[in-house]
Amino acid sequence: MKKAGGRLYTFLVFLFLYAPILVLIVFSFNDTETASRTVWSGFSLKWYEKLFEDRLILEALRNTLLIAVVAAAASTVLGTVAAIGINSMKRLPRRVMMNITNFPMVNPEIVTGVSLMLLFVFAVGLFGGRSLGMGSLFAAHITFCLPYVILSVLPKLRQMDPNLYEAAQDLGCPPVKAFFKVVLPEIMPGVVTGMIMAFTLSIDDFVISYFTSGTTQTLPIYIYSMTRKRVSPEINALSTVLFAVVMALLIVVNVRQGRARRAGKEDA
Amino acid sequence: MKRFLCGLLCAALLACLGPYAFGAEEGVTINVYNWGEYIANGTDGSMDINAEFTRRTGIRVNYTTFDSNESLYSKLAGGGADYDIIIPSDYMVSKLIGEGRLAPLDFDNIPNYQYIDENFQDPSYDPGGVYSVPYTWGVVGMFYNKRHVEEPQSWEALWDSRYAGKILMFDNPRDAFAIAQFRLGFDVNTQNPDDWEEAAQLLKGQKPLVQAYVMDQIFDKMESGEAWLAPYYAGDAAILVENNEDIGFVVPKEGTNFFVDAMCVPATSRHKEEAEAYINFLCDPEIAGANMDYVGYSTPETAAREYLSPEVAENPIFYPDEEVLANTQIFINLPAETSSLVDKLWAEVKMGGPGESAVLVAIILGFLAVYIAIILYKRRKRQKERAA
Repeated sequence: MKKAGGRLYTFLVFLFLYAPILVLIVFSFNDTETASRTVWSGFSLKWYEKLFEDRLILEALRNTLLIAVVAAAASTVLGTVAAIGINSMKRLPRRVMMNITNFPMVNPEIVTGVSLMLLFVFAVGLFGGRSLGMGSLFAAHITFCLPYVILSVLPKLRQMDPNLYEAAQDLGCPPVKAFFKVVLPEIMPGVVTGMIMAFTLSIDDFVISYFTSGTTQTLPIYIYSMTRKRVSPEINALSTVLFAVVMALLIVVNVRQGRARRAGKEDA
Repeated sequence: MKRFLCGLLCAALLACLGPYAFGAEEGVTINVYNWGEYIANGTDGSMDINAEFTRRTGIRVNYTTFDSNESLYSKLAGGGADYDIIIPSDYMVSKLIGEGRLAPLDFDNIPNYQYIDENFQDPSYDPGGVYSVPYTWGVVGMFYNKRHVEEPQSWEALWDSRYAGKILMFDNPRDAFAIAQFRLGFDVNTQNPDDWEEAAQLLKGQKPLVQAYVMDQIFDKMESGEAWLAPYYAGDAAILVENNEDIGFVVPKEGTNFFVDAMCVPATSRHKEEAEAYINFLCDPEIAGANMDYVGYSTPETAAREYLSPEVAENPIFYPDEEVLANTQIFINLPAETSSLVDKLWAEVKMGGPGESAVLVAIILGFLAVYIAIILYKRRKRQKERAA
């Protein structure tokens, strides 16, 4: 009895999590003249065809992906370096530093967005520029991704035995090589988690991008601007494609990790 | 090593600023800011307007979109965005003119302006038509479900208790208030606070009957029969009538709002000539026809109607007859006092009276109470532990 209840609960949780995505995917195949989101009228691939014809959506998608890749890469590097620095601090400065880096995370997005916009507008004026754009979007996204990377790398550093690094140096390894050979493999899971998180956060972000985008348009902003007329089912199709790609990536990563673990066990 | 790394990181941060300092590019790109889904983009066999413009003139187009006049305004006023073409609606045009944010157009560069119908050449939002060239126009009308609602003649139908829970309303203050004002026979641009108060009273009285205040959701709600009555922009919703024979469209007898979206060049534009070339291109009757065929709004050029498909050109939803048009009003910008009154009244209509600050205080007090309770509980626990 208890088990059945538990199963039902799990099922309900997954239903709530995945039902919206399922509906979205189903309606991306809806064959409708009026772009309806609730009335099913047959199977068709026409929204996918339209999606790949629509230059504006594809351009917005390209911008979004470009920003996400740059922001994820840059914030991963900066965040990992920062985490190592914070980890080797004394207790008090470490706590102060953690609070400072966590602040952008708890700060309401809209405050971050507006204040970044004001700063960028000021900075752009100072450098004689005319308009915000890709550059300010990169800077803004790196800024709000950074604390998440630090937060996911730091616990891995704590878990690591600090003597490992010293032992490597004792055995004649130069510091940089010791970092790449000893420290990095140990904290890799944290780094990867941080990077994936930064990537998804960046794709997802609307509020901060909205204020700092200038004349560049990202996908969330483009979708939002459709609301006077209606959000086209092309967006369903696009979301389905994105979902499928992310799903496939996750499966590949998991399978590879599983294989690596098995291989590791056999070696030992 | 450490210094080298620090230097590298500093360089990386500075590089982020690079695009501003060295933004020069060969060739001219104009930044166009338009409503979402408001131009033919090459899908469904339509003409890709921006690509065609680039092909003919060599000027590239960075095309971006907004969702409301207010977001357009905040982008322009906030700085940091350098647009060459914007397409605001009537009242926003007059507001931008009033604040000196628009550049007067050089009509020598826009020979196709001659095709714009004469009655659009001296609009009330831009006297003399100095700053703007109309892009589209339309009226607000009422969509109704023929199976449940008899053809409404008047805006009063939106206050009919028989349709309680099946009525939709605009989710923006100007359009919602205009409906109440037409019912009361007021001027939609009135500056008399009492008129606005009275209209707000009417809207508050309507609230219990309203299913939801929505914008684009009306399509789904009307189509599925979830709602029976909804006012909306004629051009957007014509597709509803086309594809669903249960849905009808009327312009109520009290009159309605007539709106124009117009092309303007911000005063900050560095590529004014190219921007005017773009306006000229969009005014070419053939291009305007191809564009409107896709967008589904009405064109201010009679010459362009020849290029429309006949079912659009002769559709009274798109091109209502003179009689209907004579009985319309156009929004112009309200002075700051009046518009803040409107915002306040609209908040009251939607949130149900000026009780909001009381609710806020109650919520904060609630949080405080929970916090104090937790502290007291912890203290008692500690005392017990100490006693034990």
